Amino acid sequence: MSLIIILALVGLVMVGYWTGRSRAYVVCGNQPHTLHSLPSYYGAFVALAIGIPALVMFALWLIIQPQIVEAVVLGGLPQEIQDLPDDRLGLILNDIYNIASGNIASIDPDPAVVVAGERYASLMTTGSYLMTAAVIAVALIGLVIARSRIATDMRARNTVERTIDVLLLIASMIAIMTTIGIVLSLIFETIRFFGKVPFFEFLFGTEWSPQIALRADQAGSSGAFGAIPIFAGTMLITFIAMCVAVPIGLFAAIYMAEYAGKRFRAWAKPVLEILAGIPTVVYGFFAALTVAPFFRDGGDLIGIAISSESALAAGVVMGIMIIPFVSSLSDDVINAVPQSLRDGAYALGATRSETVRQVILPAALPGVVGAVLLAISRAIGETMIVVMAAGLAANLTANPLEAVTTVTVQIVTLLVGDQEFDSAKTLAAFALGLVLFVVTLCLNIIALHVVRKYREQYD
Amino acid sequence: MTDMTTPKAERAATIRRPDLSAARINRRYGAEKRFRAYGLLAIGAAIAMLAILLFSIVSKGYSAFVQTYVQLEVTLTEAEIDPDRTGDPEVIRNANWRKITFESLRAEFPDVKSRSETRQLFGMISGNAPIAVRDYVLDNPDAIGTTASIWVKVSDDIDTFNKGFIDRNLEEDDRRVKDNEIVWFDTLDGQGRVEAKFNTTLFTSGDSREPEQAGVLGAVVGSLLTLIITLVLSFPIGVMAAVYLEEFAPKNRLTDLIEVNINNLAAVPSIVFGLLGLAVFLNFFGLPRSAPVVGGMVLALMTLPTIIIASRAALKAVPPSIREAALGLGASRLQAVTHHVLPLAMPGMLTGTIIGMAQALGETAPLLMIGMVAFIVDIPSGFTDPATVLPVQIFLWADAPQRAFVERTSAAIMVLLTFLVCMNLLAVLLRKRFERRW
Repeated sequence: MSLIIILALVGLVMVGYWTGRSRAYVVCGNQPHTLHSLPSYYGAFVALAIGIPALVMFALWLIIQPQIVEAVVLGGLPQEIQDLPDDRLGLILNDIYNIASGNIASIDPDPAVVVAGERYASLMTTGSYLMTAAVIAVALIGLVIARSRIATDMRARNTVERTIDVLLLIASMIAIMTTIGIVLSLIFETIRFFGKVPFFEFLFGTEWSPQIALRADQAGSSGAFGAIPIFAGTMLITFIAMCVAVPIGLFAAIYMAEYAGKRFRAWAKPVLEILAGIPTVVYGFFAALTVAPFFRDGGDLIGIAISSESALAAGVVMGIMIIPFVSSLSDDVINAVPQSLRDGAYALGATRSETVRQVILPAALPGVVGAVLLAISRAIGETMIVVMAAGLAANLTANPLEAVTTVTVQIVTLLVGDQEFDSAKTLAAFALGLVLFVVTLCLNIIALHVVRKYREQYD
Repeated sequence: MTDMTTPKAERAATIRRPDLSAARINRRYGAEKRFRAYGLLAIGAAIAMLAILLFSIVSKGYSAFVQTYVQLEVTLTEAEIDPDRTGDPEVIRNANWRKITFESLRAEFPDVKSRSETRQLFGMISGNAPIAVRDYVLDNPDAIGTTASIWVKVSDDIDTFNKGFIDRNLEEDDRRVKDNEIVWFDTLDGQGRVEAKFNTTLFTSGDSREPEQAGVLGAVVGSLLTLIITLVLSFPIGVMAAVYLEEFAPKNRLTDLIEVNINNLAAVPSIVFGLLGLAVFLNFFGLPRSAPVVGGMVLALMTLPTIIIASRAALKAVPPSIREAALGLGASRLQAVTHHVLPLAMPGMLTGTIIGMAQALGETAPLLMIGMVAFIVDIPSGFTDPATVLPVQIFLWADAPQRAFVERTSAAIMVLLTFLVCMNLLAVLLRKRFERRW
């Protein structure tokens, strides 16, 4: 239905453009120079007058209709069902949706619920017909009004350009709205989480087992939310990744910038970039099925027990993923060091490597630090590699051969699968998400700041 | 450096000794060579890791493109299929195809008597075999009453065995294919009735619990639907935002705020966008779970910064003289942009968009948050149908216990990488073809 409406709207907008243009020619008696604007602007004026109100109407209707229908259907249920507590009511609503969409509801639903489900389905169908009618009516009203306003002295161009200006502004505001959306959604859920779990227990607790007891006597169901082991695990894996990525990435960047010839650069750089283009799920598969067993078997050979979900495997593969990130950022930074510094060092008789170590690297250090910070932020936020290759159990350990878990792994395990939206378990994921967002944001801001400050120095 | 601390006389002595100086130069050149070698080594290590990664995936996955089939001599007795000779497809469809198929297999091995052995024997062919036999008969109704030889798939274990991934010399308890299964298989193989054919199922069907029935088509279609939504949302919005920021935005705090925001969003972990989608799109607006439309919206928000940044770079590359010429001829600013600057910047914008789409195609984590991880057999046919995407399918298969799913996961990865390579090649070609230096 939505698709039909959108296609109809596109058609109407096109008709509107054509109508406006031809109307403009009629109004000016086929002498376009007497018009204030070019005829196409009159067409665009009508098209905008059709499209914008209709799209707004469409979006509002899509958002509001389900809520109204739900209220009506709930109001039609017998009083004893309406009086049920909220969570039971939620289950019944679920049944109603299932019946409405023709799925199998819970075993043996209440006849009143079945009736309500059918009512819901029919109301939704009626609603979507009404919506089609309303959207097209709004579009047609826009068409008629806009067409009637076309006159030789009407300033179509000014109106159209001002409208487009506003549209462009709205488009660029989406970035701000996304950030606000992220912050609000994370903060609201986190506040609700801290209503159930004390703030200090979350930040400084050393016990993490997010199962909530279904029964009082259930084993291992303490429901502890101390996130220290998770933060420690994240840092451990990030540290391992950096141990791989920073030396390799930095040396690769130095070689590319200072030693490599043009032809070597031309093929080696894109090949390194391929590493950045491989989807993370592929790295995850590689870590879980190739690298982790390799480390485990290697450990067995020399008599060390290495867990098959060791932090080492996940960290090393994550490091490989981040190499091109470090190398291309450092490459830019090294290339930004002015040639005069190099020439000065060579003139004093320094070899190339001495120049790099004693002149270029100190000069490029802020930029390299910025690159490493950005790489750390990427490693902390990386999800699929750790979900597939790191463990689930929250061990508080610094031993890279054991299994640890990370913030992103916990977010995924807490939120994938069946979930009720109010439990501390689900809300904990949002609290972890907020921590992740804040930490990566701080790292990015610092890194961008460092890099920018450094650039200004030489520009 | 250390020279500074040595007494003057001694320093003078060292300078006058050319043999020591030569040694120092050798040392310095040695350090130079080592340093250079470290650089080469680093690049070599990175490339070697890429090679190992690709090799391990190809070597694990190439075997998924073939599937072992076995030829069954199926006795299609009229009494069992269509006793009243109606010729009605509905009647034929409802015959007991399981029994017919299994009887024909049992007829091959008359000495199989015991229940457990029979079960083992039946376990050698795919659970889909009766359906394959049924479809054969539906296509060839004349075959009823005769004995037809029909190729059916073997089960995933036998398939793995035939591809040589199960060592027949292992202890019987250590391998999934037992001794008598190997004997039966060898008998059939000896009669030339085992054949490895191209695995079309991998490309023509959706997910399945049985490895030999599982394919990537459902995930590919899901990815396509999701990417369409992403493209439709992020391309116009991204281009509009870039045009605003580059051409129209006044220098004020709002503009600064927008720019800072875009730069930061580009570095926000993708999983946070998934949390946003879950909290806002699913729980607040009540959009359906697992639907490509929601996935597309989340990915659009995620790729938006990439597209905006690339588009701004493309707009910046258009020289100001073009704008000035247009303005000088009396065009409005909007006309100058839409008629002159945008067409010139379009190749760069498209390149950025394709790269953004490639990123979106490979993205998994945010889609896990909005429920696109469900086990979905049907191929999605609309934007609100439950669907999964190719990377999530890889994630799901990587978790599956059967050995046969390992090779299918690798094959799915190859399919995904092929798509990514094509998209990136397109971007490179576009850039090469339309690159203009002013």
